[in-house]
Amino acid sequence: MNTSVTLAGITFKNPVTTASGTFGSGMEYGEYVDLSRLGAVTTKGVSNVPWPGNPTPRIAETYGGMLNAIGLQNPGVDVFINRDIPFLRKYDTKVIVNVVGKTTEEYCEVVERLACQDVDMLEINISCPNVKEGGIAFGQDPRCVFEITSELKKRAKQPIIMKLSPNVADIGEMARAAEAGGADALSLINTLTGMKIDIHRRAFLLANKTGGLSGPAVKPVAVRMVYQAANAVKLPIIGMGGIASAEDALEFIMAGASMVAVGTANFINPTATLEVVEGIEAYMGQYGIEDINDLIGCVK
Amino acid sequence: MSVAMKRKTVITENVEIAKDIYSMWLNAPDISREARPGQFVSLYCRDRSKLLPRPISICEINKEQGKIRLVYRIAGEGTREFAGMDAAEDMEAMGPLGNGFTLEGKKALLIGGGIGIPPMLELAKQLSCEKQIVLGYRDITFLEKEFEAYGKVYISTEDGSRGTKGNVIDAIREESLDADIIFACGPTPMLRGVKAYATEHKIKAQLSLEERMACGIGACLGCICKTKEVDHHSNVKNKRICKDGPVFYAEEVEL
Repeated sequence: MNTSVTLAGITFKNPVTTASGTFGSGMEYGEYVDLSRLGAVTTKGVSNVPWPGNPTPRIAETYGGMLNAIGLQNPGVDVFINRDIPFLRKYDTKVIVNVVGKTTEEYCEVVERLACQDVDMLEINISCPNVKEGGIAFGQDPRCVFEITSELKKRAKQPIIMKLSPNVADIGEMARAAEAGGADALSLINTLTGMKIDIHRRAFLLANKTGGLSGPAVKPVAVRMVYQAANAVKLPIIGMGGIASAEDALEFIMAGASMVAVGTANFINPTATLEVVEGIEAYMGQYGIEDINDLIGCVK
Repeated sequence: MSVAMKRKTVITENVEIAKDIYSMWLNAPDISREARPGQFVSLYCRDRSKLLPRPISICEINKEQGKIRLVYRIAGEGTREFAGMDAAEDMEAMGPLGNGFTLEGKKALLIGGGIGIPPMLELAKQLSCEKQIVLGYRDITFLEKEFEAYGKVYISTEDGSRGTKGNVIDAIREESLDADIIFACGPTPMLRGVKAYATEHKIKAQLSLEERMACGIGACLGCICKTKEVDHHSNVKNKRICKDGPVFYAEEVEL
């Protein structure tokens, strides 16, 4: 049985990674899951300097999902290089580093700092709904998507994955813009912008007012967008959005994703990633599937 | 210390001890073996539309019987589901989580406010020094009799129906209580008052904080508190309440 997949020339032992921001740099979950069992670890977003993130409350539960407005808190690229890359390199897994910035220059700086580092791919977050500048501002206009993709592609030594926002009218248009800019792969979806109001306090639940909706509630939207993006471009896609089980993951794969990422489910079940890996193998065994690649995009 | 895996535990008792306040005993040998006062557990709802675990502080630990006690308030639909559960039912739990209190001092002030009172009970049990226990309520009191075995108990109520009318700091001033260590758990405004009091009287204070959490194990960065110095993990002035706390020395944190 072959579970390995190849994206942009990088081969992953299986198609399962983590969704950025839900897994730190793997340290906390390393106590629960053998990280070497994962196809890749995708890290929390890394910026050029440390970012303190948003005020609290940063978290609100919603029906079948949750809102977060962490605000991309992270220790900055220097600490990341000195502490987190060596930690992740102890494991037999690929490392995908999520990159964030407020301006094109900031994204470029991080990509350049990572150029000589031992990481496998870069995932460019142009879709975070929780920071005022940067983030999603780059991801909602196809011209901006094209420009930042081509700027980063000039500087990156690793293949780049553009992480797309679902908060757009036409995901296919954004996917094509990233492809035209030279992206090596796409990942989607980031969170959907949402809001929750506490009617007893007559106030917003989140200090940031809005937050990103994730969890099982968003899965059908995510599957649909992965399908549309897969039909719009030739690039390989990492699909995510509400994946909590192998069954969920297989929907994304059949919709056209070459890899899948487990996100919010990690918060509810620290071993969710491993269960998805094992569940995909069990499904392949059950249906006599020799190669996972035969399932990618099999539902037309 | 072994990893706090998500486990099946069994409810052995779940009773209402005051309006909307419940006392639940769980048969959870793996948790009780490791647990310390001031730590918490994450409880999972059966209704999967409520995704996130509910962090509940540990009220008592019975290592001999392999049990832990949780005293919680119905604060929403998740805790309402817990309140409806009966003895012999399974409860999914992960823990113990967080750092817990450091046992220290010669003369202690234990201060609990509202649903911050329960974790002070196991602390009162395990702390061997002289103890003065100050419990602050809005109106209806609970657990206060159980504290009497471990020290002198002082009560404050906002409506003045029991003890000092006002808050815990009013009670401490009224009774002229002094100490060389303060332990406190309660709502943030109370902890702010405790911190100011501790600073004013140059008393060392350990504060147990709360915040909305997702993962409970330090990964999601949802439940941070502001700190005075740059934290080594975050590299910014934020610490994680679930992982680095929930207990912090008062001078470490900005409330």
